[in-house]
Amino acid sequence: MPQPELSREQGEAVEHVLTEHRLRPGALLPILHAIQDRLGFIPPASLPRIADVLNLSRADVHGVLTFYHDFRTAPPGRHLLQLCRAESCQAMGCDRLEASVKARLNIDFHETTADGAVTLEPVYCLGNCALSPAIMIDGELYGRVTAEKFEQLLQTELGSA
Amino acid sequence: MKAIVYIPADAAALSVGAERVAQALAREAGRRSLQMRVVRNGSRGLFWLEPLVEVGTPRGRVAYGPVSPQDVPSLFDAGFLHGGAHPLRLGPTEEIPYLKRQERLTFARVGITDPLSLEDYAAHGGWNGLKHALEMTGKDIVEGMVESGLRGRGGAAFPAGIKWRTALGASADKKYIACNADEGDSGTYSDRMIMEGDPFVLIEGMTIAAVAVGATQGYIYLRSEYPHAERALNGAIAAATQAGFLGNDVLGSGKAFNLEVRRGAGAYICGEETAMLESLEGKRGMVRYKPPLPAIQGLFGKPTVINNVITFASVPIILDKGAAYYRDFGMGRSRGTLPFQLAGNIKHGGLVEKAFGLTLHELLYDYGGGSATGRPIRAVQVGGPLGAFLPESQFDTPLDYEAFAKLGAMIGHGGVVAFDDTVDMARMARYAMEFCSIESCGKCTPCRIGSTRGVEVIERIMNGEQREANITLLRDLCETMVDGSLCAMGGMTPFPVLSALDHFPEDFGSNPANKPAKAA
Repeated sequence: MPQPELSREQGEAVEHVLTEHRLRPGALLPILHAIQDRLGFIPPASLPRIADVLNLSRADVHGVLTFYHDFRTAPPGRHLLQLCRAESCQAMGCDRLEASVKARLNIDFHETTADGAVTLEPVYCLGNCALSPAIMIDGELYGRVTAEKFEQLLQTELGSA
Repeated sequence: MKAIVYIPADAAALSVGAERVAQALAREAGRRSLQMRVVRNGSRGLFWLEPLVEVGTPRGRVAYGPVSPQDVPSLFDAGFLHGGAHPLRLGPTEEIPYLKRQERLTFARVGITDPLSLEDYAAHGGWNGLKHALEMTGKDIVEGMVESGLRGRGGAAFPAGIKWRTALGASADKKYIACNADEGDSGTYSDRMIMEGDPFVLIEGMTIAAVAVGATQGYIYLRSEYPHAERALNGAIAAATQAGFLGNDVLGSGKAFNLEVRRGAGAYICGEETAMLESLEGKRGMVRYKPPLPAIQGLFGKPTVINNVITFASVPIILDKGAAYYRDFGMGRSRGTLPFQLAGNIKHGGLVEKAFGLTLHELLYDYGGGSATGRPIRAVQVGGPLGAFLPESQFDTPLDYEAFAKLGAMIGHGGVVAFDDTVDMARMARYAMEFCSIESCGKCTPCRIGSTRGVEVIERIMNGEQREANITLLRDLCETMVDGSLCAMGGMTPFPVLSALDHFPEDFGSNPANKPAKAA
């Protein structure tokens, strides 16, 4: 599949990360995290360079990249919304919350709203199980989330949608 | 004297507005020109009372909660800085029955100290264990650990001291300590609370392990869902290194131990110890065959002690107060305490550290206060997504590793998730298989393929297609997964499925005659 080439900014970010982390033992995960932290995703065109620097095959890097749920190969929305669907949250009705969030944003899991504001991902436990159901928005945790509370957060944290 | 006000910075407390409360308190104090010192502590673990605000008084700390920003002016009006009366006043924190009846050994400091203050940590007994360890031989430390009876708190309950003894006996040019902080089980949050609320105790425990077995490098493999814990740990590691508790010369002993946090990437399977090692090495989190044991050939092929957060965090008190002190809590072969975590549909969800031996019933009702919805509790899942569902008839089971194993259940990491009578147990069984299909590493067939087939078979049962035949098929499939899977992921996913089927057959629309005869 043809891949868009790295922009200059992306290329510089990848080089910077590789220089900083390449000598760490087991460097691949920290490198992928650092690239995603900087760019929001891991451009597929960066794989050959990462493989080269770490003396791995492209298949190795691709294998790691695709194994882990966190890593993305396309830009996410401006905000990342993670909705917990594990048992504790199920016991407190996260299925209903999930349905209303999907309906409100008009997207399914792993999708981004048409205006590019929100990417919705499922998550399996946020460690907030005494205050289920829980969601996380851009790394901030919210507990006892109802449809009404989500509507509020949509205005305050997600720049409405 | 300046009043001291405590407002948790624990992620769960923040999730219900602790930050906004802290800001409102600061604003209001400023408006009234009142002096106060704010400490952002960990959470006491009484989450239905969060945000829980405490104030130091000459008679001890007084709690108010749950506090919202709107309550702040009235708190000042009521003189809460001196413990004044207010509808939200809960009295002396330590006298709150939920807390008072606990036996907090591992969580002794959580919610009390400023998590990142070395001074606070030392003032509350911190580093005593490490100082003792540095005066002992590795062999003595390890034998003390064996004597304490501490078993791995991550779920497998393997005796920690035996593992350490194996690593001590292995000779190598380099050894590692790896902390499993991939707390992925739903219903569990004790690791998170320790890492955010008392990170130094984890650092101390890991350092003691390093001193014991002769390891020089440690890693904390932390799940990416815990960004607050990552910040706390990195802050604590920097402070401990600066102060000489970590580094190339731990407290002037000539022993080196360096510690680093490594972030996972959203794979549940990386909580399995060998998958975690693969991930730390920068690979796909694929489960390894055992043997070799990680204690002999672990991270980068070197001897590695792997324990979870609570296990390491329980080490300092054992080295400080002695193996016998710890061992004297508990029952049978389950020694010491376990921080249980009440979760799901529960009125008073929170952390309850108790000696082994209390019953599920006590935990659910005496502490938990019943369900959050006020409906009867119908089922409880203990030990995460691989743990069995227990019906009310089993609520009198004592929380003891062996008693649970006898029921085909497990205590695991101590998470207790309650469900009320609106739960559909066939859906829960389907979810157990679905979760396994999403999170399987794919190395062995029973787990990789079996879980997908399991979802399909349960859906057919739910749709009423050849029910009895499909239930027989599901039981066969579960047997294959239990016997044929490489690790606990595929090998234990059948436990929630079968327990749902055995105890709640009516949810599967099955004929009760199909239910296997159970030992009375």
